[in-house]
Amino acid sequence: MTKTWNNRAWFLVLPVLLLVAFNAIIPLMTVVNYSVQETFGNNLFFFEGTKWYEDVLTSERFHASLFRQFLFTGIILLIEVPLGVAIALTMPRSGPWVSVCLVLMALPLLIPWNVVGAMWNIMALPDIGLLGYGLNALGIPYNFTRQPISAWFTVVLMDVWHWTSLVVLLAYAGLRSIPEAYYQAAKIDGASRWSVFRYIQLPKMNRVLTIAILLRFMDSFMIYTEPFVLTGGGPGNATTFLSIDLVKAALGEFNLGIAAAMSIIYFLMTLLVSWIFYTLMTRGEDQ
Amino acid sequence: MARIDLNNIRHAYLPNPASDDDYALKRVHHTFDDGGAYALLGPSGCGKTTLLNIISGLLRPTEGEILFDGQNVTDLSTEARNIAQVFQFPVVYDTMTVYQNLAFPLRNRGVAADEIERRVRETLTMIDLADRADQKAKGLTADDKQKIALGRGLVRSDVSAILFDEPLTVIDPHMKWVLRSQLKELHRRFAFTMVYVTHDQTEALTFADQVVVMNEGEIVQIGTPEELFERPNHTFVGYFIGSPGMNVLPVRIDGQGAHIGDHSIALEGQIPEMRDARMELGVRPEYVRIGEKGIPAKIVRVEDTGRRKIVHATVEGETVAAIVPEGAALPGEPHISFDPAGVNIYADSWRVDPVSARQGGAA
Repeated sequence: MTKTWNNRAWFLVLPVLLLVAFNAIIPLMTVVNYSVQETFGNNLFFFEGTKWYEDVLTSERFHASLFRQFLFTGIILLIEVPLGVAIALTMPRSGPWVSVCLVLMALPLLIPWNVVGAMWNIMALPDIGLLGYGLNALGIPYNFTRQPISAWFTVVLMDVWHWTSLVVLLAYAGLRSIPEAYYQAAKIDGASRWSVFRYIQLPKMNRVLTIAILLRFMDSFMIYTEPFVLTGGGPGNATTFLSIDLVKAALGEFNLGIAAAMSIIYFLMTLLVSWIFYTLMTRGEDQ
Repeated sequence: MARIDLNNIRHAYLPNPASDDDYALKRVHHTFDDGGAYALLGPSGCGKTTLLNIISGLLRPTEGEILFDGQNVTDLSTEARNIAQVFQFPVVYDTMTVYQNLAFPLRNRGVAADEIERRVRETLTMIDLADRADQKAKGLTADDKQKIALGRGLVRSDVSAILFDEPLTVIDPHMKWVLRSQLKELHRRFAFTMVYVTHDQTEALTFADQVVVMNEGEIVQIGTPEELFERPNHTFVGYFIGSPGMNVLPVRIDGQGAHIGDHSIALEGQIPEMRDARMELGVRPEYVRIGEKGIPAKIVRVEDTGRRKIVHATVEGETVAAIVPEGAALPGEPHISFDPAGVNIYADSWRVDPVSARQGGAA
């Protein structure tokens, strides 16, 4: 078959291009515009070049929230991925319990993010919350509005509760796609439970786990709503992650230039990490 | 290697089987001799994979027992039975090299390192993969993967039997041939007991010394490829084996012989008259002659397969297929006759033996 080239076909892409332009490119360009200018109100702008970028990249405040962000993302990935795989492994492979488990697993994912924050806020209150009161009753001093450790514990626990299910569902889908013959062959080869996991289940889950890690990375890297509702970034700046810091700079302090430059840097970081993941994933495919 | 006895095996997937229909495997009583190559042949759902899984220990039969060399293994696990099995889809451990794949079952059994090295090298040569020992198993083609799966069985010198569950399903047609002859060659040299499940008659007939034909959870015939072809025990075997399958026509048997309509049919031997049974005549297309004599027929369609022609005709309202050599002329007023050597008589679908003249055949 010969292909016919007709450049007028590009017109067919126009509607979607307009859509993307209005909801993505134009706002992004506005941010780029802000990030290189200074304003004192009255719609007066002065060109500042890379000043805001230099300010952001050298500011200790940015370094601190960036560190907190990576620490948080690192911790929840280290917990959620192994935990999710472990739960997926214990889920039944067939029978009526499958749907029960799946529904139970999907529940946390269906709850709006601000509600998750509010729920855990109430749960963690030291005087009336089940978690807060319970921990204190056990003799563990716990107050998430005063102690950074308690605040971190609560934020991490909340995220694990909210998002481990996603890893579970993905890992479970990966496990279900393994043909029964693999398990039978492993039995015949005399493989131990660990060998089955190491040489059959883990390699077959490879793809879905990469996707799970990518999704959890992106989501947790941009986390805002839940910690905002729960701790508001406190106590002090203890749980001020990048996006919370960004909103503080933009809407709290009205440092439009700083906030815009931060947004761009933030955006490029997410893009970079996603690109690294994508490359790793597609390279895995070729082998 | 071992002799495998199946003593009155029945299997149901339902918890409380009541009638015969609840059994996926109705009753199997058979012995696989040590060093034999057997094929289990039958359509999908006939119970052949169930039977194979019972032998390998992946399933425990509802009733009956399995003996390996006279020893009861019914309650033994798959590992304890020392069975090797090759599955429909090639099972390889993706992250391991070819060498590691073959070493895996030995390492799991705690075999000494130098012994593993020796046996794996030996097996790699047997399955023709010695030059790719250090390659990752993941990147290999389906047929090479299937060889690895086979190798993982061969590497264990103590296996009782090697079981194959439709192992060539995902293999390219031209490689099927190569693999099948390699398998045959390995069997000739090392004389493993092999049981090979397939629904492909060519595979079964070329691979096995003895073919076990199954239908609806029962063994309908056990025999050499030649026996299955010449003397199908059941009309099902006649249909299932051969291409096209055996012609089956209603027939009337009386003191004088067999009759289709007003025409009498020559038979070898005497068939007793059976009033209550549904009598049928089975004749393979290879034994149908088209000529000037016999029963008048109408030719409906002629298929040319290259080396021969398949003629479809109607005789007394029944369709009959005949195979004629390429280039043979068809007469203007065709008549059909049957070579008596190829005619079998069936009562209620089971073959009637003309010599001993007893009803029911070897059912």
